[in-house]
Amino acid sequence: MEKWYLMTVVVLIGLTVRWTVSLNSYSGAGKPPMFGDYEAQRHWQEITFNLPVKQWYFNSSDNNLQYWGLDYPPLTAYHSLLCAYVAKFINPDWIALHTSRGYESQAHKLFMRTTVLIADLLIYIPAVVLYCCCLKEISTKKKIANALCILLYPGLILIDYGHFHLGFALWGVLGISCDCDLLGSLAFCLAINYKQMELYHALPFFCFLLGKCFKKGLKGKGFVLLVKLACIVVASFVLCWLPFFTEREQTLQVLRRLFPVDRGLFEDKVANIWCSFNVFLKIKDILPRHIQLIMSFCSTFLSLLPACIKLILQPSSKGFKFTLVSCALSFFLFSFQVHEKSILLVSLPVCLVLSEIPFMSTWFLLVSTFSMLPLLLKDELLMPSVVTTMAFFIACVTSFSIFEKTSEEELQLKSFSISVRKYLPCFTFLSRIIQYLFLISVITMVLLTLMTVTLDPPQKLPDLFSVLVCFVSCLNFLFFLVYFNIIIMWDSKSGRNQKKIS
Amino acid sequence: MAALTIATGTGNWFSALALGVTLLKCLLIPTYHSTDFEVHRNWLAITHSLPISQWYYEATSEWTLDYPPFFAWFEYILSHVAKYFDQEMLNVHNLNYSSSRTLLFQRFSVIFMDVLFVYAVRECCKCIDGKKVGKELTEKPKFILSVLLLWNFGLLIVDHIHFQYNGFLFGLMLLSIARLFQKRHMEGAFLFAVLLHFKHIYLYVAPAYGVYLLRSYCFTANKPDGSIRWKSFSFVRVISLGLVVFLVSALSLGPFLALFHFSFQQNQLPQVFSRLFPFKRGLCHAYWAPNFWALYNALDKVLSVIGLKLKFLDPNNIPKASMTSGLVQQFQHTVLPSVTPLATLICTLIAILPSIFCLWFKPQGPRGFLRCLTLCALSSFMFGWHVHEKAILLAILPMSLLSVGKAGDASIFLILTTTGHYSLFPLLFTAPELPIKILLMLLFTIYSISSLKTLFRKEKPLFNWMETFYLLGLGPLEVCCEFVFPFTSWKVKYPFIPLLLTSVYCAVGITYAWFKLYVSVLIDSAIGKTKKQ
Repeated sequence: MEKWYLMTVVVLIGLTVRWTVSLNSYSGAGKPPMFGDYEAQRHWQEITFNLPVKQWYFNSSDNNLQYWGLDYPPLTAYHSLLCAYVAKFINPDWIALHTSRGYESQAHKLFMRTTVLIADLLIYIPAVVLYCCCLKEISTKKKIANALCILLYPGLILIDYGHFHLGFALWGVLGISCDCDLLGSLAFCLAINYKQMELYHALPFFCFLLGKCFKKGLKGKGFVLLVKLACIVVASFVLCWLPFFTEREQTLQVLRRLFPVDRGLFEDKVANIWCSFNVFLKIKDILPRHIQLIMSFCSTFLSLLPACIKLILQPSSKGFKFTLVSCALSFFLFSFQVHEKSILLVSLPVCLVLSEIPFMSTWFLLVSTFSMLPLLLKDELLMPSVVTTMAFFIACVTSFSIFEKTSEEELQLKSFSISVRKYLPCFTFLSRIIQYLFLISVITMVLLTLMTVTLDPPQKLPDLFSVLVCFVSCLNFLFFLVYFNIIIMWDSKSGRNQKKIS
Repeated sequence: MAALTIATGTGNWFSALALGVTLLKCLLIPTYHSTDFEVHRNWLAITHSLPISQWYYEATSEWTLDYPPFFAWFEYILSHVAKYFDQEMLNVHNLNYSSSRTLLFQRFSVIFMDVLFVYAVRECCKCIDGKKVGKELTEKPKFILSVLLLWNFGLLIVDHIHFQYNGFLFGLMLLSIARLFQKRHMEGAFLFAVLLHFKHIYLYVAPAYGVYLLRSYCFTANKPDGSIRWKSFSFVRVISLGLVVFLVSALSLGPFLALFHFSFQQNQLPQVFSRLFPFKRGLCHAYWAPNFWALYNALDKVLSVIGLKLKFLDPNNIPKASMTSGLVQQFQHTVLPSVTPLATLICTLIAILPSIFCLWFKPQGPRGFLRCLTLCALSSFMFGWHVHEKAILLAILPMSLLSVGKAGDASIFLILTTTGHYSLFPLLFTAPELPIKILLMLLFTIYSISSLKTLFRKEKPLFNWMETFYLLGLGPLEVCCEFVFPFTSWKVKYPFIPLLLTSVYCAVGITYAWFKLYVSVLIDSAIGKTKKQ
């Protein structure tokens, strides 16, 4: 690539922004007794370092599961163990059993931030750069611009924790888009073993690969591919879970920790359907738990079914990326026990389609960052969030000139509006509507942010603003769900000339 | 939608660059800040709460007001905004006060004042001739120049991490250069006069301004061979120039001339000047700026060590104070003769003279002026008394304008910038800022080297093997100084070694760049002479 130096510059900008943001406060700083996610990560290092593998997921006198017990899959635990060894080398106090609880110091903060930066540098950033280089049919300059926008996505930078797994998932997508299915599925299995939330993306992966096998013919090549894939998946899982397979109780305990069904439909304020619906009707209190579970399962399943079926029937790498978005979005909106940070799992695939539908992707990524506003304010990250969001917006505007790309064609809605026009000939105002929706959405977001920051909520409704934020974002997300599904469903009609993977 | 498009400037790369760097500056707000932060807070307090007659006498804090009057007025205006942020920071006795609101206000004031710098860069870009228009935006000289200026590493770390107000001062300087390029000489002279009364360090480049304006503005015509035509001297122009400079100075210093100090039975001017030019400080700063004197001191050290080893020197006669131990103090050289302020002044003048002669006898338009200005700045950096490492920016920024014009200048610029910027590293010594300075430095260096290489790819390579080797050596040097040295046993015994190494290594590069630039200026004027004849 003749423009390698611009790519290096882009990566360096991404790293600089990450590090400057990390100089700010962190989750739960100076807030005993529970602190925050920062303490959770540190506590995991303490647990994994001092206890034998068998006790990691069990409650004991040394491992109080109520205090940030380990509830991520084994790979996260191994990563913590690795960091713990480094921590031990620098300062053993950081991970001393019991006594290190709530340990906070400038040096330790620096250490924790460095672990994140290094993980980012090793896994996430190379994946982004390679992905952008592998994009077909766009110029080198556009590839670099694309990388810049993805690396500047504020949501990820601001949350800054636990996004190691996204790197793995990205490698998965990368492998698959480059036609190396085996590598892709291996990377994706690692991602799942890093964070169970990655299951949001599992269905599109599964459908895409299955569809590909069908296409090759189940009796010939397709079958071979299927067997190979199955082997890879099983092998990688076995490898990650090896220490826990010795006893049945071990495995079950880990699973129980990973999927805490008894925590309730939602916690805090999340921009999904259930939380927004809660404003009008307190479903969480009215319905019994198992009905909530069934309800959320059914709605999730129904909402993602069409896209998945479509993907099995017509597997294409473009369809695959869009299905990743819509599936993750349905999970976020409808499933059980969603956390507001889970929106990042939707944002990642949206970043991947940034070059195809720049206008809508930018819009979505802005909304997704906005939806985490209450969380960010709690961590005193107002200033960096505003700044990085603006930087991201400027980067997108200048590199894609998004405001000039709002025609039906560029929104990929051409075939949809043509088929609607068969019944409603006057249906010509779609792109105009979308532009106005964008303006309205941005203005509400800005206003709500200003109100949240400057005004005190009325005494009767202390959560007024955060509920409003969730509600507005939820409306936006619903709109996006419909939009992405329309793209997926109407894709093939125009997509006959689209290159399909053989 | 259209309004939004215009507001955010679709496709307008310049505003995107400027906005981008402004946002980066905002991200740097929570970083470490040096004592200069307290210095400026103290000045805010002095100008706000005391009458003018007290400004240059007040000495509650050790950071007394030592900038010229315009800067004091600037702080005075700022203080009237500051009172809405936090009244407490305006109290003279509130030493080392830094509430979060004070921090926000001070940082934002720097960022806001940089608007002037951005405007100046925009004007400078207009002066660059676009003959070599590449097909791609990123290969245009204008684009490269605006990145080199707006994203300048030194300015970013000195202003927005270390804390100073260099941005808008350099803005004034670049603006006055741009005006000279645009043949608006009076405006240029006015801006420079104003600048001098903001910060007197710019006196270093005043000779270039003076000679250029006299030669190319006051004399309206040349003889065919380029030498001076004495009859074309324009009295009107000289008088108007003089008037502008006089009026600006009167506005700045006049009030202090009028103010009478009873205890001394004289006006305040001597007091102001004694604050502005403190000759009580030592030859070098605690950390040696990488100039000629750093090499001189290092040589002295080496000679004294050798002398001790070979028993030429008596250990009892050697003064114990080592120069890099951290205190600004008078230093006795052991072997070589000690340097007096007068000696540095003479050296500086001798170093500046040839370039001034070139400017007078062989005027080559604004570009020649710019080269002379850079040489003045560099020469005074090389030989000046108590030079700060930050002063290298005075040469780097004008040199950026030259770098996009000619391959030879580009190569000198790259050596000067890279070593000069590296020599700023010791300004930031705290652990959280370590990655920032390394990342930003890499960002700027990689960009400047690669983009200028692309711009001049048709000409001969920018560096020879020796220069490449020298520049690559900065990497191992950084690793040794900041990653390996702290873990060795020498850390306690010889804590000054990393600083000494950095300063000497950079001094070599800067001396080399200075020398190379001088040679190229002299050769160019000689060639010009033979051509004309």
